[in-house]
Amino acid sequence: MIVFESHSDEDTFRFASKMGREAVPGTVISLTGDLGCGKTVFSKGFASGLGVTEPVSSPTFTILQQYESGRLVLYHFDVYRIGDPEEMEETGYEDCFYGNGVTLVEWAERIRELLPEGTILVRIEKDLEKGMDYRRITVENTGG
Amino acid sequence: MEERKDTLILGIETSCDETAAAVVKNGREILSNVISSQIDTHTLYGGVVPEIASRKHIERINQVVREALAQSGTELCGLSAIGVTYGPGLVGPLLVGVSFAKALSFASGVKLVGVHHIEGHIAANYIEDPNLEPPFLCLVVSGGHTHLVNVRDYGEYEILGRTMDDAAGEAFDKVARAIGLGYPGGPKIDVAAKAGNPEAVHFPRAKVAENAYDFSFSGLKSAVLNYLNSCQMKGEEYNQADVAASFQAAVVDVLTEHSIRAVRETGAKTFALAGGVASNSALRESLEKACAGLGVRFCVPQPVLCTDNGAMIAAAAYFELQKGAESGLDLNAIPNLKLGER
Repeated sequence: MIVFESHSDEDTFRFASKMGREAVPGTVISLTGDLGCGKTVFSKGFASGLGVTEPVSSPTFTILQQYESGRLVLYHFDVYRIGDPEEMEETGYEDCFYGNGVTLVEWAERIRELLPEGTILVRIEKDLEKGMDYRRITVENTGG
Repeated sequence: MEERKDTLILGIETSCDETAAAVVKNGREILSNVISSQIDTHTLYGGVVPEIASRKHIERINQVVREALAQSGTELCGLSAIGVTYGPGLVGPLLVGVSFAKALSFASGVKLVGVHHIEGHIAANYIEDPNLEPPFLCLVVSGGHTHLVNVRDYGEYEILGRTMDDAAGEAFDKVARAIGLGYPGGPKIDVAAKAGNPEAVHFPRAKVAENAYDFSFSGLKSAVLNYLNSCQMKGEEYNQADVAASFQAAVVDVLTEHSIRAVRETGAKTFALAGGVASNSALRESLEKACAGLGVRFCVPQPVLCTDNGAMIAAAAYFELQKGAESGLDLNAIPNLKLGER
């Protein structure tokens, strides 16, 4: 488990970008954290590390955004609107999770049973006592 | 001389929550417009919600299309074409509409035209204002999209700006949830803001350094959340109406400022608004006033044409058909379809 302490959006972006540079085909990342804690910044940093050049916009409404301009295809999910894991069928998720691209899933706890073995868990948390901009980013590799 | 025959088009839309179908005459006149909204189930959950099930579309589409044909007094064989949204959107819901339209086209021999969802929103303006013709500028704002588009000709688009993170409508939904207003966020904030002071809290108007026409709403959402947090830490109550009004003012200011800059720099004579957020009363007022100040014609569809609907798809299909565009039975749903691509 890795714990990274971020003191700004720039810190979060750089940390995520490094993860993007190191990501290998088939990587699935679960990204969790409250509204406004920097999931968007993390996603942009991660995409930039993969070499994605298109603007990375929020998938909240569309559930899935796909980017093909990077080193690997990036599937960016936001499953907040998914009520029942069965609804994931709508998105064609299996081709993403088990393909040769890289998948980033926001609010992944909603579809925990569908996440493949070896999913990397990234958790972003605020700690208001350490300041408005402080974030603790925890990275846990479930693959052992 | 032979009388020119009317072109009747059936439009089908299933890209998101609405199952919708409509019949439109000559791209401008609505003969029927049926929308089977799924919003009721959404309100139950009080958030941006589940139930994106294509199952719902499958259950409803046959009835919705039949109803649209019946209300318009049109027989299937009397149609000139069937227009259908084939992207962007979720592959499941999109496939319901696309497959249905293909089957209908195959069985009846009526032409098939695939339509881009955003082009549909823009085309809603052709119905609203029968005299509207390109070129014009259009701001398309909805739950999933925020695009500033130069409409050079029918079916010819140049994207001037877009959101770098959250769509405008998404920011409305998320802030509404944070201040306890619930779903749907846009209308709820619109109403709450009327009782609030838009200058009570100053929220940031984000600029995107690389392109003056691009938008960013994620920072604004965080600023609102930080404000709520700081109130909580100080043990103060915040005023819901003031926060709603101040947040809305920040969104409206940025959308208006970018739109007006684009009008000035392109010398456009007409400006149109489209998409679900085009129903927001503060945004309509602000843009109408700004356009009037510049002597620019302002166009905005009535609310029923701002929300996802079949009529806008039929209108867009009409202008595609005029250019000779027609889709084959190999038309497929394209979840990440880009504007202006085919």
